[in-house]
Amino acid sequence: MNFELTEERQMLQDTLRRYLSDRYTTATRNAIIDSDTGMSDEIWTELAELGVIGALFTEEQGGFGGAGFDITTVFEELGRAGVVEPFLDTAILGGGLIAALGDDTQKQLLDEVIAGGAHLALAHGEPTSRYDLSRVETTVVQNGTTGGGADVQNGENIVLNGRKAVVVNAEAAGHLIVSARESGAADDPAGISLFLVPAGTPGLSLRGYPLFSGGRAAEVTLDNVTLPASARLGLANKGFAALADVVARADVALVAEVMGAMETATELTRDYLMTRKQFGRPIGTFQALAHRYSDLLIELEQARSAVINAAGHLDKPSEIRDLQVSAARNLIGRVGRHVAEETIQMHGGIAMTQEYELAHIAKRITLADHRFGDTDYHLERFIDLSAA
Amino acid sequence: MDLSYTPEEEAFREEVRGFLAENLPKEISDAIKYGTGLGKDGYLRWQAILNEKGWLAPNWPAEYGGAEWNAVQKHIYEEEAAAAHAPRTVAFGLAMLGPVLMQFGSQAQKDYYLPRILSGEDWWCQGYSEPGAGSDLASLKTRAVRDGDHYVVNGQKTWTTLGQHANKIFCLVRTDPDVKQQEGISFLLIDMDTPGIEVRPIILLDGTPEVNEVFFDNVRVPVENLVGEENKGWTYAKYLLTHERTNIAGVGYSRAGLESLKRIARIEQSGGRPLIENPHFAARLAKVEIDLMAMATTNLRIISRAAAGQAPGVESSMLKVKGTIIRQEINDLTRRAVGPYAMPFASEAVAGDNDPIGPDYAGPVTSQYFNNRKLSIFGGSNEIQRGIISKVKMGG
Repeated sequence: MNFELTEERQMLQDTLRRYLSDRYTTATRNAIIDSDTGMSDEIWTELAELGVIGALFTEEQGGFGGAGFDITTVFEELGRAGVVEPFLDTAILGGGLIAALGDDTQKQLLDEVIAGGAHLALAHGEPTSRYDLSRVETTVVQNGTTGGGADVQNGENIVLNGRKAVVVNAEAAGHLIVSARESGAADDPAGISLFLVPAGTPGLSLRGYPLFSGGRAAEVTLDNVTLPASARLGLANKGFAALADVVARADVALVAEVMGAMETATELTRDYLMTRKQFGRPIGTFQALAHRYSDLLIELEQARSAVINAAGHLDKPSEIRDLQVSAARNLIGRVGRHVAEETIQMHGGIAMTQEYELAHIAKRITLADHRFGDTDYHLERFIDLSAA
Repeated sequence: MDLSYTPEEEAFREEVRGFLAENLPKEISDAIKYGTGLGKDGYLRWQAILNEKGWLAPNWPAEYGGAEWNAVQKHIYEEEAAAAHAPRTVAFGLAMLGPVLMQFGSQAQKDYYLPRILSGEDWWCQGYSEPGAGSDLASLKTRAVRDGDHYVVNGQKTWTTLGQHANKIFCLVRTDPDVKQQEGISFLLIDMDTPGIEVRPIILLDGTPEVNEVFFDNVRVPVENLVGEENKGWTYAKYLLTHERTNIAGVGYSRAGLESLKRIARIEQSGGRPLIENPHFAARLAKVEIDLMAMATTNLRIISRAAAGQAPGVESSMLKVKGTIIRQEINDLTRRAVGPYAMPFASEAVAGDNDPIGPDYAGPVTSQYFNNRKLSIFGGSNEIQRGIISKVKMGG
């Protein structure tokens, strides 16, 4: 039994924490949020140079980490600083799928991603699919015929039609990874295929917008997007397992990010309670607030353990992994809401202002619960998996 | 015990409903319904319509142009107005300053200011909170020093809601620093155009400039702008706060919010079925509805006592705490209900001429969730309310 970080991960954590506390101040970050692209290329490159992206991939894939605890080490630090740059989208989701499914040509893109020179986005969710990972209604037609079978791999033209919702980082991405239904019913896990679609492909249109917690996304329309057969990522009809794998990794990244953000929220609250005076004394000396602060710390320890549980089971068989992942996302979802709302309340009006750090941190915590299933979704998934 | 309204009250409800159906402009109710916000012109336009009908100042006696409604009538109006997505009237002049002037103002102040509140000529804002005086309001430091026929005011106010629209501000200022805090405060009426006043917007976490900081640098205020007596301002402030706490439970807003949530949950799909059929979601929805049904009756119990002439005591604190918990829970459920479409930033999602991003109801929900965290903070935070309840009930 050992709950300490390895020496390498400890170094990575120290490096990131130092870099982000020096470079990623509230003012810098808020200016990034207000910018047209919603991210800083400079910060992206510098963080890539510090190994943030490499740490998320194995040596075989061209990185130096790739395990659950590498993901949590990186994302906890990103969460502490409220980083809005799309590491989840480019590296965990996009890079993760190329690493898992890409052929040699496609994997060249992964080298660029790890070096910080390329962006990716996963265009999977659709306007009515909500958190249903297997619900895909975007269509794919190959050589004028639909349906599965081994021979579709050899066809020349692939045509995609459909709409993808809230595709984070779509505008910056050099390639979108698009899921489409090749066979089966709308929510059948079998029959989903994946495609690597270069930005600017005719028929691909993006309506971009900023996100409430920073960064940007787009509504993506695919109108007869025509691609060569080489655009396929992995086998026809077999995309779901790889999607589920990268989403499990994204879930671990999200809980770690929220963990980091909750640490910051709690630290800001402690400092405020100790310095803000009303009725002639620091408000933290009022027991009504002191006990609530203690409750936050108790919940944070629970959250940390849930993150460790999820990260430690990331490479286990999917039924074991998913139970732990949903447990963590449910617990972090509940604790996250509690921490975000309580830390704002204990501060009062100041925490509701754009320029105070907690406002952004609370948004990151809250909106993380809208990606790949919210607290309630993961509770139901946990119940289903427990019953199985 | 009789839970039903009298025939007269039911007739009044019909009258209100009919009036709203006929006179509330659709642009205005849409701005409220879809959370796109109402500018100064929108508020003034709606207030002029109400004033024309004689309903703008429900609390005020008829001699000043008020509707002179009793507590039950006010409640009925508020319920119907919320259901019709009518805007709230701006409380600072109508619900706060007006009653203070009627009770404590000079005849000249009443004659001059009250009609201007009704006509919309004056838009008042409230100069109470300061950076160092929030929950502990009596520790306020903004100084007013007498100099001939003027007070000279120096200091800073904050959280001044809609101060950017105001041409007048009523302020609590310190006129005697050497006595017990509460005994050295005066209540001043100040023209926002006076030299030395600067208004700076505070951008809130949903991106809106709803509140402001107001700075006073040697601002000269004529002594006739003092309300009542010097150093008696705390008494007037407390009187004003009892008026600020009317409609504190927000039952009408919660009902409108709950209806909107149900509408969304019938449209949103989860696992191939409407979200409202999801047992887990349905259970949370039911719990908040059950809480709201009970609170509505608590609210009516207190209103009927008030209509019988009993001043509400700690009950208004109780209603504030419970009312804000319920409204915030509805906001939370609504944000959850829209799923991934809670993520787009509101001002883009509801942008005027563009089609909405995602379903039309999704645009404002995240903004509303965060913005309404204020409900448990302003007007005496829920911590302050709990303190009042225990202090009164334990005789402390």
